[in-house]
Amino acid sequence: MAAYEWYPRHRNYEAEKNSEARTITPASSHPLKAISVVDVKSAEKRGTPAKSFQDVPKRDFVDPLSFSDPLGTSLEGSDPLSQFAAEVAKKKSSVGLNIGGEKKGAGNENELDDSFEPWYCKKAGIIAKYTTSEKLSITTSFLSASDKEKVVIKAQTTTTVTDKVKNRLEQLDDFEEGSVQMMLNLSQQEYVSRIDELNQALIKAWNEDQRVKALKIGIQCAKLLADTNVIQFYPSKFVLVTDILDTFGRLVYERLYEKAQYIPAGSGVAVKLPENFTTDQVPETAKETCRNWFYKIASIRELIPRFYVEVALMKCYSFLNKGEYSEALKRLAIMTRGIGDPLVAIYARCYLSRVGILVAPSIRDHLIPCFEDFLFSYSQLQDDSVQNVLAMQKLEMPRYLTLFSPALDWILQCIAHRTAESTLMEVLEKCQKQCNSALLLNSLISAFKPEYVAAKAMEFIQMIKDCEDTGFPKHFLFRTLGLCLVIAHPPEDQKLAVLNEAWKPVMKLKNPTDYIICAEIWMEYVVKNFGKREINTILNDIIKHMTPDRAFEDFYPQLQSIVSKILSHVHDFSMLFSLDKFMPFIDMFQKETAKVEVCKNIVEAFSKYQLETTTDPVIINAMMFICKTMHDSVNALTLDDERRMISNLISGFVQKISFGRDFEQQLSFFVEARAAFSNLDTFLIQLIQSVNSLAIETRKVVKGNHSRKTGNFVRACAAYCFITIPSLQSVYSQLQLYLLSGQVALLNQCYSQADAFFKAAISMVPELPKTLELDGKSRSAEPFLIDYLYNFISTLLVVPDNPDTGVLYLLRGLLNILQNYTWEPSSDAKIMVYTRVIAILSATCQETYPYHINKVDSNDSMYGSDSKFISEVTNTCTTLLEEILAHLKTLNTSETQKRQSLLAMELFTTLIIHGDLQQQQLFNLTVNLWSLASKHRDSTDTRHMVRTLEYLKSKASSPGGKLFQDLVQKLPAI
Amino acid sequence: MATVDIRLKKVNKIYTEGDIVAGVVVVQSKGELQHQGITLAVEGIVNLQLSAKSVGLFEAFYNSIKPIHLLNYTLDIAKPGKFPSGKTEIPFEVPLKAKGNKVLYETYHGVFVNIQYQIKVEMKRSMLNKDLSKTCEFIVEYKSQESAKLKPIPFTITPETLTNIKEKGRVPKFKVKGKIDSSVMCITKPLTGELVLESCETPVKSIEIQLVRVETCGCAEGYAKESTEIQNIQIADGDVCRGLHIPIYMVFPRLFTCPTLITNNFKVEFEINIVVVFRDDYLITENFPIKLTRF
Repeated sequence: MAAYEWYPRHRNYEAEKNSEARTITPASSHPLKAISVVDVKSAEKRGTPAKSFQDVPKRDFVDPLSFSDPLGTSLEGSDPLSQFAAEVAKKKSSVGLNIGGEKKGAGNENELDDSFEPWYCKKAGIIAKYTTSEKLSITTSFLSASDKEKVVIKAQTTTTVTDKVKNRLEQLDDFEEGSVQMMLNLSQQEYVSRIDELNQALIKAWNEDQRVKALKIGIQCAKLLADTNVIQFYPSKFVLVTDILDTFGRLVYERLYEKAQYIPAGSGVAVKLPENFTTDQVPETAKETCRNWFYKIASIRELIPRFYVEVALMKCYSFLNKGEYSEALKRLAIMTRGIGDPLVAIYARCYLSRVGILVAPSIRDHLIPCFEDFLFSYSQLQDDSVQNVLAMQKLEMPRYLTLFSPALDWILQCIAHRTAESTLMEVLEKCQKQCNSALLLNSLISAFKPEYVAAKAMEFIQMIKDCEDTGFPKHFLFRTLGLCLVIAHPPEDQKLAVLNEAWKPVMKLKNPTDYIICAEIWMEYVVKNFGKREINTILNDIIKHMTPDRAFEDFYPQLQSIVSKILSHVHDFSMLFSLDKFMPFIDMFQKETAKVEVCKNIVEAFSKYQLETTTDPVIINAMMFICKTMHDSVNALTLDDERRMISNLISGFVQKISFGRDFEQQLSFFVEARAAFSNLDTFLIQLIQSVNSLAIETRKVVKGNHSRKTGNFVRACAAYCFITIPSLQSVYSQLQLYLLSGQVALLNQCYSQADAFFKAAISMVPELPKTLELDGKSRSAEPFLIDYLYNFISTLLVVPDNPDTGVLYLLRGLLNILQNYTWEPSSDAKIMVYTRVIAILSATCQETYPYHINKVDSNDSMYGSDSKFISEVTNTCTTLLEEILAHLKTLNTSETQKRQSLLAMELFTTLIIHGDLQQQQLFNLTVNLWSLASKHRDSTDTRHMVRTLEYLKSKASSPGGKLFQDLVQKLPAI
Repeated sequence: MATVDIRLKKVNKIYTEGDIVAGVVVVQSKGELQHQGITLAVEGIVNLQLSAKSVGLFEAFYNSIKPIHLLNYTLDIAKPGKFPSGKTEIPFEVPLKAKGNKVLYETYHGVFVNIQYQIKVEMKRSMLNKDLSKTCEFIVEYKSQESAKLKPIPFTITPETLTNIKEKGRVPKFKVKGKIDSSVMCITKPLTGELVLESCETPVKSIEIQLVRVETCGCAEGYAKESTEIQNIQIADGDVCRGLHIPIYMVFPRLFTCPTLITNNFKVEFEINIVVVFRDDYLITENFPIKLTRF
């Protein structure tokens, strides 16, 4: 192939731009406003189907002018989608209440609203709280069939046939009679799994129509509740066992419901009862079956099983007569008086009220007697028998008293739910009169509506002070009260008094554990209701209590929660940081992880709530300190996510700091920030970007005409960037930032700085790693590099040559680097870049360049199309062209032909745009390239070529397109 | 296989004197069924039995132990013939009327006295086949009876009120006060009342209500009286709170109780025992005779 020389075509960019520009016609209407409703009819058509979803009464008259557009109407109020969502949510909430298979009756009065915390919410908490490591025992006949079988098999091996028969008979007997056996030494986990087995056995027996067996299992389960061995586990046991009883009750109810099909008047077909059936709809057979169940239960000898099983079947009373519920509930309520053990008794009452509130929420006559009986029998807690049990089980009184809390809370919640204040007053009075105990008061406070408690906060505090100390710790009371006051506020005039009164006893608490659980709650009350001074005082007090013996080390979670409570309510950070106890409080976090966690919380809150930028030195100082703590926690072992999060948080903080027009101060702040947080790549990038935008801001202010001072300042900015960039880890980011900063410097007429940036970038290119880590995947860096280089060489067009160096010094430097760069094998990246370089060089030869930077003289005005300069450039082009053609030649094997076509097409396009086709050899080259490109093309290439051809044709038909006409004729058809 | 079954119209199978017991005999067979006629018998019997310790002595002397027939009907409900394959229902109706001048006592299942009413259906078949039969019990209740009047029984139990104790010294000091709402009570309503453990030296283990039947067989000169427990209901478990009013509540079991019955040949009476068991299993009992009525 002969050597080709490059001749750039002379172009007049301005003229080209003008000839290709479209004519602009003013728009009469906004394109996005297209659906505006001018036509009322069509609006209605579109509006009605949407409206039919809502129950909006149809308007008779529609004023066409006031009629809003149909999209608006259908979205107004409740759009159909959100309406459906609301319905689903409603259903869900009702399903939620129905858990446990109970269906509630209709009527508002019979429904429980959301303010009532249902039992299933409490269950998990109870099980988690009351645990034991003691060994438990279980007495039943229905378990461990597998164990028994094993024994039998063993026995069989040595016995005769008669023994075998006997054995089997015994087994049958076991099954029939339910020979009771006791399992000892079960761990809590084993115990729970045994109870679960019982549950399975119950369901299995029921499904196998063995109703008597199912009843027996139910009774045996209930018996477990009479056993108070391992008393600290009792509440959890109650939860587990009553679950089984609930299942049993549900099974019986469903069965009766199934049986209770009735024949409605006037039809011959039996139908199921409606959900809200009345007793006269229930057929006699079902009633009879139901009665039989209750007769059966009434003959259970022992009190506790009889009680529990009847309560479990409570819902079945709905098949009998009206008023049966309230009778039964009342009777069962007083039946609990027979239970000697106070703990067992209160839990029995709890179960009664739990079932009662589900089957008949409106009936509450039984609740007050339940509660009064408890008050009456409260004295029992001091009795010998209880004390003996405690002594035997080595349980202290306070611990024992907390066992009562769940049941008592529940009963009081049932009482307090939707009752008049007078009832609450009565209850309160009764409590004070009969047994003014801390345990009771605690449950009262947590059960009553917070608003009520808040209104009478002072009285409650007085009561807390007065109540007898029977072992139930008083700080629990203050904690519970605090929880109420956080939700509802006491009257304005009492707020401070409440705090003072409540805080005094809390302050006196010696045990740091007791103290901190109160302080944690009360902090929220303080931040919600008071200001700076009070918060500071409380913080001071907490510090005082936590410092001795380094007590704070044990309470990081609580301290952390205090900080987050402060942060969620105090959004005035200058106030917060001006508290002289806040930072000392933060200093208490001496464990690295806890400290960093707290710092993160603070910075997060800061970037969330600090809406305006600030210059407050207090904030800056404190935040710098906090961020520094976070920053210093980053080390080689830190996870990427953690590192990213911290970087983002610090960046967020830095962005919030702005000194307005005081750019120098801003820069010095950035300098400080760089010094403080030098470890985080992301953050440094953020800094460099900020500094660059600072330089641009400056340019904007002076409108491009830098004075000496601003000139110096922007140079300082450039210098800042220049020394910061090398400290980045990622070469790719460095490259990007060098280019960006170079562009900014150029824009600010800092030529030597820009040169330095570009030089640095060029020298950086060989160091770019071959792969980049992106979104956790490693990818080849080449596509990024190509894009980067395109951007870079486009920038180089406007960079004026440094008079001290040769012509196009930077571009030559880049070409040298590219020449020696180790590209990926079988990659055409170099050639692609070369074609673009040819294009840029062609532009360099023009009299005026397609773009300029304001106030920067580019090479066009510097050289004024000097022929020496142009011949230098075209020489370079020629060299590049040779390189490209040589490369094309190597691609003639069958695997590489595809690439050859692509590159040929690329070069062809460059040629027809930038090349001077009047030169015969270039013209020939163009034609050859076209045929090369069309040789091994696929469909996409074909389309590309067709489009290119069309472009050529349009060029040919425009004035002065003679050359292109020739070309089109010469091009072989595709 | 062919089967015979009786289905009564009334679900609860409870009838009073003068009622008509109506129902169907259901014959079910896979193929044709040949038979020699079906008879239906309705009978009411009082069975008297003597307890093991008195057997022999009385049986030798007295005839009163023979069962007493209160009711005895037999009727043919189908002549010999054939039943088609499948299910055949033969309806029947029997008026409930006592034999002669006898009274239809209420159904009662006791230990020594049993009052039972049943319908028995029997299908006679040819030599080669077994006869098929089925019995079905139904329950008889009084139609009317003098209704119970409230007669509350207050009681106080202390060591001093106890009789029949061997060692006074072993009895702990205690005081139980209370009342049973009535000594005459309706059988369909529960036994109610309340009880207060006012004071007690030793811990209580349990308080129970025991329902006892007293059955007497025989006539004026020599009779056998036996008391047996029907059921025992615990009303307090563990060391109950002193001074708390503990409810007494017991549902009378069906079949095993009937209105108190006193006739020439036998008597069925009931009693209530209040049993207090102390922790050391020492127990004290107070007895209250009661009268049960239907209404």
